[in-house]
Amino acid sequence: MITVQVNGEMVSVDVPPETPLLWVIREQLALTGTKFGCGVALCGACTVHLDGVPIRSCTTSISAASRGAITTIEGVRTASADPVDPVVAAVLHAWERHGVPQCGYCQPGMVMAVVALLRARGAPTDAEIDTALAGHLCRCGSYQRLRAAVHAAAAPLAEG
Amino acid sequence: MKRRTFLLAGLGAGGAVLFGWSVMPPRQRLRTSALLPADGGRVVLNGWVAVDPDDQVTLFLPKSEMGQGIHTALAMVLADELECALAQVQIVHPTIDAIYHNLVVGHDALPFAPDDSGRVQRVATWYTDKLLREIGVMVTGGSTSVRDTWAPLRDAGAMARETLRAAAATTWGAGADACVVRDGAVHCAGRTLRFGEIVQQGTPLAPARQWHWKAPHEFRLIGQSPPRLDAAAKADGRATFGIDVRRPGMLVAAVAMAPTIGGSLRSHNDAPARAITGVRDVVLLRGVNGSAPGIAVIATSWPVARNALDALSLQWEAGPHAELSSAVLLDELRTHATRSGGRVFRREGDAVDRIAAAQTSEGATRTLTADYDVPYLAHTTMEPPNCTVHVHDTGAEVWVGTQVPQQARSAVARVLGIADARVTVHVPYLGGGFGRRLEVDFIGQAAEVARAVSGTPVQVIWSREDDVRHDFYRPACAARLSAALDVTGAVTAFSATVASQEIVRPYGARANALPARFDVRKATVEGLFDQPYMFGSVRVAHRLVSSPVPVGYWRAVGHSHNGFFMECFIDELAALAQVDPIAFRARLLASHPRALAVLQLAAAASGWEQPPAAAADGARIARGVALHRSFGSIVAQVAEVSLSPSRTIRVHRVVCAVDCGLAIHPEGVAQQMESAVVFGLSAALFGEITIEAGRVVQGNFDRYPALRMADTPEVMTHLVPSNAPPEGVGEIGVPPIAPAVANALFALTGMRLRRLPLRLPPLSGAPRTGT
Repeated sequence: MITVQVNGEMVSVDVPPETPLLWVIREQLALTGTKFGCGVALCGACTVHLDGVPIRSCTTSISAASRGAITTIEGVRTASADPVDPVVAAVLHAWERHGVPQCGYCQPGMVMAVVALLRARGAPTDAEIDTALAGHLCRCGSYQRLRAAVHAAAAPLAEG
Repeated sequence: MKRRTFLLAGLGAGGAVLFGWSVMPPRQRLRTSALLPADGGRVVLNGWVAVDPDDQVTLFLPKSEMGQGIHTALAMVLADELECALAQVQIVHPTIDAIYHNLVVGHDALPFAPDDSGRVQRVATWYTDKLLREIGVMVTGGSTSVRDTWAPLRDAGAMARETLRAAAATTWGAGADACVVRDGAVHCAGRTLRFGEIVQQGTPLAPARQWHWKAPHEFRLIGQSPPRLDAAAKADGRATFGIDVRRPGMLVAAVAMAPTIGGSLRSHNDAPARAITGVRDVVLLRGVNGSAPGIAVIATSWPVARNALDALSLQWEAGPHAELSSAVLLDELRTHATRSGGRVFRREGDAVDRIAAAQTSEGATRTLTADYDVPYLAHTTMEPPNCTVHVHDTGAEVWVGTQVPQQARSAVARVLGIADARVTVHVPYLGGGFGRRLEVDFIGQAAEVARAVSGTPVQVIWSREDDVRHDFYRPACAARLSAALDVTGAVTAFSATVASQEIVRPYGARANALPARFDVRKATVEGLFDQPYMFGSVRVAHRLVSSPVPVGYWRAVGHSHNGFFMECFIDELAALAQVDPIAFRARLLASHPRALAVLQLAAAASGWEQPPAAAADGARIARGVALHRSFGSIVAQVAEVSLSPSRTIRVHRVVCAVDCGLAIHPEGVAQQMESAVVFGLSAALFGEITIEAGRVVQGNFDRYPALRMADTPEVMTHLVPSNAPPEGVGEIGVPPIAPAVANALFALTGMRLRRLPLRLPPLSGAPRTGT
């Protein structure tokens, strides 16, 4: 059994230690917001936070992940409700207002990257956004609206 | 409750039979042949609309949401006509029924150019509509969703509105004319009945027999851009895709498919795999619906199943195509494109003779011949192919992101040897489609797997490598284009021969779909024979080249390559005539005011007359233009391009001008332009599937890259205001982007790149880097 902290809860799973975190999240924990896209850390769809830092869960073993606190998109979503996390709330609001998602499959990974970016940098530049999202693919081409949404989400945060 | 359920029956017993194959036009799209579910006091008003006592309006919508925003756009159409709030509308995929058959996808496949309105075209279209209404398919594809359901949805909304208005009027003893329907309620002389209250009354509703559509000036939602209905759930991970389906006791499976095209499994040893903890079964795959034969491991966890594949000691038979090479195939295509003959799709005058005469004459006429080609392309939807099948005692249940639920149903039914009616298909969100989810290979395959563990649901998930190596690729294609210009620069003759495999018949055969019977082959020449330009004489022909490489529908289909050929060649002619590319096109479009207006809008919006400013690093920026008509719409794009110091192609800005008829959700149209530009640029700059020794070389996003954030241009979309019926949107922005960029590169460097992906030759004297 391996014990791992996910979204603030300690959970024990009976899987081989080299099992990718992605599949533990999706299968054992039934948290399906984190997506499988490429399996080799090329697309970013599986992005979660490990101690607040975005990582690719498809190439992070459960044993490596057990050394820190994991947050998935479900954990971030909860944070947008009670108590309200201003960064998460701003990002989700901007995503809807700017019509970012199309098929939407890559979006939880994108949101995880952007939440981490905005927590680290109040008002990122375009270059900082490019860097933060360099590992993320969107085949629908949501990039332009995504950029606008990041700036929109950052604006009230920077003021506050 | 039963009484309300049978509202539809009151429309006339045997309605489906009466409105079957007859001399009547294929208009009856309101009444389903079977009753729709009406639990919890729900009242079904017609085959598209139901109202619940809690005021929720259900839209039974046979269109898959794969990113194109169709759920939002069509919910807007319904809500506008019904006079309710968009937020009231929930979307449910209906059961399979003839009223949801896609009519437009059928007549779009007919080999007629859009301007052809002759008797043959009209009769063929009418019969195709009739045929498809009865034996057609429910399909989301071909940019048809709005075109196909715009009219029946407005009828459905208006019919429901009038039914509810009359019911409220009866309750009050008022005249229906005195009642106003607005905001999900009927109002009369200070009294109000919400839709939910009307159905709560329990009085049988008399279905309206007459209704009218709202006038455009009465629209409240159509033409606005409310937030997409699916945006919030997709941002925060709540949206359910096929891969997110969870069923009690569900197992998962990974597959290994023959790595060589046409290959098969020679031997395996399943004992070591079966010994692995969590492995439940090993299943041989025959290869159905076009899928490659192979083997599946069923397990409690996908990584366990995938690792167990490695323990099977798989030995493959290479089969008859072990020498297959895409480079050789492309050479063959290029050769074919230079030959005469082929099937002629358009012939006006004697273009070939005129060009030949002009080539040998000493006069002032000029001729040009140019050869183009494009490679195979994969779809790489972000959600890899997957399908969940539960085979049970009385049939099967399927959960799959598909563009063709009916084909999915029959694929599963055939594998299991049961009637279609015993298979139920659920359609969650699709993590991208682009044509890949028109295929049912992975669905039939999932039925093969699930059959082995009957009684237990199984979810089959492909790896990205499975996806890239077992796709139905956009066909590689070569074309020779020739033209003659007279002394004034007018195009007196235009000839094009395109050589490729064909898509339609093999697709029909493997997906059990209608096209298997018809050798239409229009998809090979669309984009070349159907453009709005006026030439003195025209010949467009296709030469069929067969190959074992599996090919299929890829966003914009034939337009995706023919748009590149056509618009680069037009640009070459403009340069030959020494006329500005916009002015040259404007002259060819003089008799086509709709296309001309799009071109002029693109020119104005891009500031074509003023030279572009330099890039931030001082590099020169040049512009290129392309215009293309597809799926009923016309798009012109102006691309602004520069080269980095290391000669990487950089696209800074793309200005799109669009006439798509009435834009239901203008921001949605803009979103699709952004999407098409990114999708088309990924192909134009990087996209290439190659085959060596019968195997697809690429496997993941490292060797088959797609455009990323930093490389994405600013895309600006300008719509031509229109109240004409709405046309296609989802694919129309793809065809012009590659030629617009290639034409800009010509303006920038003087070099014509006639092959995709676009690769600049190394500077002479400079060290060679890469390819």
